[in-house]
Amino acid sequence: MLKLHEIEELKEQFGEIVKEVHVRSETRATVTVDPACIVDISRFLFLDLHFRFIIATALETTFGIEILYHFSRDVSGLILNVRVVLDKKNTEIESLTGLLEAANWIEREMHEIMGIYFKNHPNLEKLISDGNWAEGVYPYRESDE
Amino acid sequence: MSRIIPIGPYHPLQEEPELFKLYCEGEIVKDVKWETGYNHRGIEKLSQSKTFDQVFFLVERVCGICSTSHPFAFANCMEEIGDIEIPDRAKYIRTIIGELERIHSHLLWVGLAGHFLGYNTVFMWAWKYREPVLDLFEMITGNRNSYAMFKIGGVRRDIENHKIPRIMETLDIVREKTDLLTGAVLDDPVIHVRTKGVGVLTKEDIINYAAVGPTARASGIGTDVRRDDPYAAYPLVNWKVITAEEGDVFAKAKVRLLEMVESISIIQQCLEGLKKEKEGETEAVVKEIPEGMGTGRAEAPRGEVFHFVKTDGSNYPVRHKIRAPSYVNIATFRKSCIGQSITDATISLAAVDPCYCCTERIAVLYDICSGEKIMNGKELLELSAKRTWEMKS
Repeated sequence: MLKLHEIEELKEQFGEIVKEVHVRSETRATVTVDPACIVDISRFLFLDLHFRFIIATALETTFGIEILYHFSRDVSGLILNVRVVLDKKNTEIESLTGLLEAANWIEREMHEIMGIYFKNHPNLEKLISDGNWAEGVYPYRESDE
Repeated sequence: MSRIIPIGPYHPLQEEPELFKLYCEGEIVKDVKWETGYNHRGIEKLSQSKTFDQVFFLVERVCGICSTSHPFAFANCMEEIGDIEIPDRAKYIRTIIGELERIHSHLLWVGLAGHFLGYNTVFMWAWKYREPVLDLFEMITGNRNSYAMFKIGGVRRDIENHKIPRIMETLDIVREKTDLLTGAVLDDPVIHVRTKGVGVLTKEDIINYAAVGPTARASGIGTDVRRDDPYAAYPLVNWKVITAEEGDVFAKAKVRLLEMVESISIIQQCLEGLKKEKEGETEAVVKEIPEGMGTGRAEAPRGEVFHFVKTDGSNYPVRHKIRAPSYVNIATFRKSCIGQSITDATISLAAVDPCYCCTERIAVLYDICSGEKIMNGKELLELSAKRTWEMKS
């Protein structure tokens, strides 16, 4: 398997917290991490390795509710997907907004469409439906389709 | 006493309907709040019910101006999942379409920026010179916009070699006119006064808000997906990333104007490349898309477009995430507008080139206490135009 120095540095820094690594090519990789450490990992990527936050994707799978945080390292063209898996019954995770203003809107959106609760987000109001949708119904959850 | 100026939900400053509330004290903007969602079409969800071939037509309609940037990113994404290598001729054609789009989009923005400043000559010139580019699109694709050129593995239509001389001739005209326009805009002392030091975004702001495209490049952050994560024919041609350091509205205008020159050069090189390739070889054979996930991106005129797709071996996406550049760029308004005067807020809002809506419906200034109507959107634009005229005289 290809080795990327960014991922080696991440593993060296966080050890067992980085659970699974999949390197597809020199510019595409995915790591699965412990959700409790998402802020620390994002801080390391953002401040130490100078990654840019692109966006995050929330999706429902057989494992639970997954969030893929997409980071880009523009000097090497690498897109690193940081994957966390949350329990469907307890979709709570720390907000990145304190670290990155860029995470503000997408966390509101994921809260709205998938029902993920972001702890310490400054304003978790609905972003795209302006409060018109029913409470507790999440259109991107398979159970609510 | 704070007063609120609501810009939107439908206003010529914005392509998509959004509501910006400027909280003003006197002439100075003290706070900005926004409401989105007026145009939420559920495209990501809709995509899950379309086959991969149909998704191209869907994502083409995410944006009416840069309508090829989303199919571009989606094609890159699907070709990553399927490990598909496309022919060089298709790479050149994709790049030509992408760069023609950048030229017409930037010309559109320059025109609008002129309009907001009260320089309607710039508006009319820019839109007049945009027409030959749209004519080229009509000749190549059959449409002035929404070109339907992309498919997994290549492009739907070839650019036949006999059309190349006419494209070259038109590009020479566009080059001459953009040089004229660039000189007129960048050397005008009144435009300097109205845009220099206005709506400044620092490097730290850009990094924190993860802004992209000309908005980032005008603040000294030289991010450009075409160079950083090369795709299509960009690695096959010579070009440079345009940056500026100042971060103000003038710098954003300069970056866009100079990028058009680079785009023309890229297209000319691609046309030379096309001559060497065999006509008709415009697509690779694609049998199936396997289970997996992929990320694709393309540099749209406004910045990086990002697509994420998860597949399950069927011909429908399981999850399709789309991030348009305005999603991150619009949030920088909070930094660029606060502390500016009302007359400068309009051009600061327009400077990131937010997507644009043709229908002006509401833009009224209210006294927050009495609710009395004071000024409408047309009057607000007239106020901005008046300031320019005062400076001229």
